[in-house]
Amino acid sequence: MPELIAKTALSDKKPATFAGTTLAEADPGPVASIALFPGQEKALAKALKPMVFPAPNSFTENGGVRLVWTGRDQAFLIGAEPPALDGIAAVTDQSGGWATLTVTGPVAAEALMRLVPLDLRPTFAVGQAARAPLGHMQSVIFRTAADGFTVMVFRSMARTAWHEIEVALRSLAARAALI
Amino acid sequence: MRLTCPLCGPRDRREFYYYGSEDYLQRPGPDAGPEAWDDHLHLRDNIAGEVRDLWYHETGCSQWLIVTRNTVTHEILSTELVADRKKKGVRA
Amino acid sequence: MRILGKGQIDRNRPISFRFDGKTYQGYQGDTVASALLANDVRLMGRSFKYHRPRGVLTAGSEEPNALLEVIGATNQTPNVRATMQEVFEGLNTQSQNRFPSLAFDALGVNDVFSRFLSAGFYYKTFMWPRAFWEKLYEPMIRRAAGLGRLSGKHDEGHYEKAYAFCDLLVIGSGPAGLAAALTAARAGADVILAEEDRELGGRLLADEPELDGAPARDWVATVEAELRGLPNVRVMTRTTVTGAYDNGTFGALERVGLHTPARADLPRECFWRIVAKRAVLAAGALERPIAFPMNDRPGIMMAGAVRSYLNRWGVTAGKRVTVFANNDGARQTARQLMAAGVEVAAILDSREDASAIEDCPVYLGARVTDTSGRLGLRAISGSHVGGDFQIETDCLAMSGGWNPTVHLTCHLNGRPRWNADIAAFVPSEGAVPGLSVAGAANGDFTTHGCLAAGQAAAIAALAEIGVTAAAVPLPRAEGVPYAIQPLWLVEGKGRAWLDFANDVTTKDVKLSAQEGFTSVEHMKRYTTQGMAPDQGKSSNVAALAVLADATGRGIPETGTTTYRPPFTPVSIASMGAGGRAEGFAPQRFTTSDQASRDRHAPMIEAGLWYRPSYFPKPGEKTWRESCDREVNMVRSAVGVSDVSTLGKIDIQGKDAARFLDLVYTNTFSTLPVSRVRYGLMLREDGLVLDDGTTARLGENHYLMTTTTAAAGLVMRHLDFIHQTHCADWDLRLISVTESWAQFAVAGPKARALLNAVLDAPLGDFPFMACGETQVGGVKGRLFRISFSGEEGYEVAVPSRYGESLFRDLVAKAEAMGGGPYGMEALNVLRIEKGFITHAEIHGRTTAFDIGMEKMVSAKKDCIGKAMAARPGMVGEEREQLVGLKLSQETKAFGGAHLFTQGEAVGREASQGYVTSVCWSPMFGAMLAMGFLKNGRARHGEKIRIVDHLRDLDLIAEVCDPVFHDPKGEKLRA
Repeated sequence: MPELIAKTALSDKKPATFAGTTLAEADPGPVASIALFPGQEKALAKALKPMVFPAPNSFTENGGVRLVWTGRDQAFLIGAEPPALDGIAAVTDQSGGWATLTVTGPVAAEALMRLVPLDLRPTFAVGQAARAPLGHMQSVIFRTAADGFTVMVFRSMARTAWHEIEVALRSLAARAALI
Repeated sequence: MRLTCPLCGPRDRREFYYYGSEDYLQRPGPDAGPEAWDDHLHLRDNIAGEVRDLWYHETGCSQWLIVTRNTVTHEILSTELVADRKKKGVRA
Repeated sequence: MRILGKGQIDRNRPISFRFDGKTYQGYQGDTVASALLANDVRLMGRSFKYHRPRGVLTAGSEEPNALLEVIGATNQTPNVRATMQEVFEGLNTQSQNRFPSLAFDALGVNDVFSRFLSAGFYYKTFMWPRAFWEKLYEPMIRRAAGLGRLSGKHDEGHYEKAYAFCDLLVIGSGPAGLAAALTAARAGADVILAEEDRELGGRLLADEPELDGAPARDWVATVEAELRGLPNVRVMTRTTVTGAYDNGTFGALERVGLHTPARADLPRECFWRIVAKRAVLAAGALERPIAFPMNDRPGIMMAGAVRSYLNRWGVTAGKRVTVFANNDGARQTARQLMAAGVEVAAILDSREDASAIEDCPVYLGARVTDTSGRLGLRAISGSHVGGDFQIETDCLAMSGGWNPTVHLTCHLNGRPRWNADIAAFVPSEGAVPGLSVAGAANGDFTTHGCLAAGQAAAIAALAEIGVTAAAVPLPRAEGVPYAIQPLWLVEGKGRAWLDFANDVTTKDVKLSAQEGFTSVEHMKRYTTQGMAPDQGKSSNVAALAVLADATGRGIPETGTTTYRPPFTPVSIASMGAGGRAEGFAPQRFTTSDQASRDRHAPMIEAGLWYRPSYFPKPGEKTWRESCDREVNMVRSAVGVSDVSTLGKIDIQGKDAARFLDLVYTNTFSTLPVSRVRYGLMLREDGLVLDDGTTARLGENHYLMTTTTAAAGLVMRHLDFIHQTHCADWDLRLISVTESWAQFAVAGPKARALLNAVLDAPLGDFPFMACGETQVGGVKGRLFRISFSGEEGYEVAVPSRYGESLFRDLVAKAEAMGGGPYGMEALNVLRIEKGFITHAEIHGRTTAFDIGMEKMVSAKKDCIGKAMAARPGMVGEEREQLVGLKLSQETKAFGGAHLFTQGEAVGREASQGYVTSVCWSPMFGAMLAMGFLKNGRARHGEKIRIVDHLRDLDLIAEVCDPVFHDPKGEKLRA
């Protein structure tokens, strides 16, 4: 019987630091989409406890498990197996379908704002999330710390996302060296 | 150009895919006849002024929007989710 | 010549740079123009059409003459303004549009024949004989045309794009811009101050007025220090705001690394997209020339530029300077030059009633009537009330007044308005929503007025977005009103240039009017005035005035041409920053990518995906050898192929079945759980959108597959149907394409291979069955479907296990005489079996055309059903899917057209076309699919295939598209 080896999308990539800001791949564990069926708000709230279904453009967190808004009546549960939600919400395994990158450091927002047409400065506060393009790719972006973002892109595009964020960081480091 | 997605907030135009007039929402019945269908699919007014058209928040939340805008002043007057509109004449 | 004690260059930091092969010395802070002038180099370029010797005219981005090529390690950039290029150690520049040298240019002969080269020359001259156009005229014109040269190589330089957001964008940092920025900054607003120059200050640097009794520079430095110290302010120097767009979006080009030697990772330029809640345009004004005879010689410059060179760079543009102006402002030039010890030969003021207080000859009511000096100005001829005179002079500082920089206010179709007091166009209010204009850009030419207007504009703009800003103390400044008496041209014998960059003279504009091109937009196109590098900056208003005069209208009635973005040239490289090579488009890799590359499989792009073409074995010399082997392998043993790129959409909810019945032509509500069905999807206009299999995983749970090509399109389509027609249904859709790695296992030994891999042996698992499975303890899915015609399965596991499963499947397959197969073999297998792809369902075919009209259920409605039945969508006249077979081996002939034997070959006679072609090793024949008029009734007919691209003329047999196993016995084995 074969033994299957699990690999993240960028398992060969080591964290890279430029301008004091580090790009790294994270393994968030299980990821499941939870899409609420019409009229099941209360049932879902009850079934999710102690997690709270997030408002648009935000995520909720409990004991390291996150529930990130990803669309109308839809959120990704990250870091835990989903509860049974038959008839309440459509649950779809998304683990491994997304590559998770973290960008942490003083120019994290500046670097991402080379690729994402959103204002990611501190007004995009910890706890906020967005569905937004990263270059030409769809992504889920959320702020986890004053200087830290998590970026999720389709697994197949992980290398492009890494390349583009790295180029942005390198440019900022070169700009900083100019002064 | 910027559009305010009712869910995601103000966004750059590049996040959206443009589809055309909201006429597409009024699907004729299967027996409406070729003229009604031709009208539904192909015939559009070219309005200088206020128009309502469909945009897809493709690299955002995947929602279809109805955008009311003025083709002369380029003013965006309103945006709403197609999924939220009052159901009328919807059949399938 | 450099003037001791003047200028803000760093004399402790000398810099060597090259111009036309010669090394010159400048200082840190110099531009190429200022450094060349300091080295007494006046000749910097040749004009576009007449190849006239030209020197620098201005000190800013509006420069029409001094255009250079900058030669770097990674690129060669033409048409760089010498006035904007800062010098740095090792900078290499050369002049352009001349051969063999700048001082002697062979095409200077054009100047001799200039009277034959007037406006419209090309239109009139190269009309006949017609045959000459292609062979003679066009190549000749092309050789002579264009300014500057590109290297012909890829631009390997690094460019950047970025987004920025702010409450208030202040464009320009002269007195108005600085006052606006300071006011907004102190109010706590989120401010971006964009300045085109490398330093803040605008005309405060160039004119050096006094503020609060001290040099303006001191105040600029104080304000700059405060702004740079505030967290709510971003000061962006070397940044030109190039365009105003809808809803508060502005484009801006930052010159990041153009002022230093190239460094790794340092962008050359950054193209910014700035979203501003409000903006204040404080871009100042541009001085305009006077069109007097022979006004284009090196040494003839704008008076304001002469002041800039003196005050900013400590350079005098001549040893004996003459000033010619129609306004007070230019007098400053004479006074400041004299104060710096430069000889001023004379002031020529066109106004008869102007003052004459300067300590030099002042001619009132004066005109320059001619100039001399072939490669640089030597003398001028003039006239005034007292008669004619001649002056020896090497620099003529001219000023025809100032044009407010209204450009950005016109980018959304705003039309500027004529202000007779300053004889210039000023912005119309509200021309760009959210943008107000302050200072010289608004026609206010006093320093005092600019400061006050900038502050007022900021307060008003912020009030609109709910930010209360207080007036901040502003320095005392002069408020002398600007006095001007329009003078556009001086009549005389010689040519008088309006547009230096395009060699457009007053004569050309008059000719245009005479020949009927009296509309300003027609005149522009007929003469090329204001096109290309000039963009109407220095030439526009004077040209309008000449046109107005020639047509007997006033300037306001004549109007201006339309200013469009960009304000200054924006390199394509910066707009496409990051878009070369790897950055061109997202690259999508399957989980088996590395395993395929390990086997030296050449990768082929399928949309954004990279998929293996074939897996070469040692000794195989051509792709065909590998492909044939892989096809035979699947037909005789077992093959493994990564099919993860197909779109997979998870559909759940009580209304899932109902939804699928709506979007597919056939019925899915009747599909039993654990079964798969092939489905056909139409567009609402009745043409085929996509096809694929959909599995029913549970009562309320389906998994749809789409083709690789249409995955995104289908998702958008389903979202549309869901949200527009049935948003209230119990239904949820999500793409799971990326979540599952899925592999086709096909061939007579497919079951044996699966049994070697799956945790439990396969029991009864008929064709079109599906269910859960387990591999090495990992939960997966198994589907019995086939795209090859052989017994086939697709096994799916969560993506993170994909590489591991692929390697294992391939290793075990090889042990059974099988192995991996690539896209080429996959294509042959499906053509042999008559399976369609988007080569066949290419957006113009109907269900009827592909022989699937019976799949459009009569019992229910579906998307596209009504239109699929309309006249013209079914019937004998349609081109129908057929197979084509010919026994000899030929080049592939996809795209070839079909013709009835014995009939003419021509567009009208086309009977159809070929969509897919392959060499079939199984049949020993070329097999193809195509569409043929009334094709299903023509099986057995010999048809002629003509491929003009590949020069083929063949005869093939029309047959059923399913060549292999037409009864499907192998599929069901």
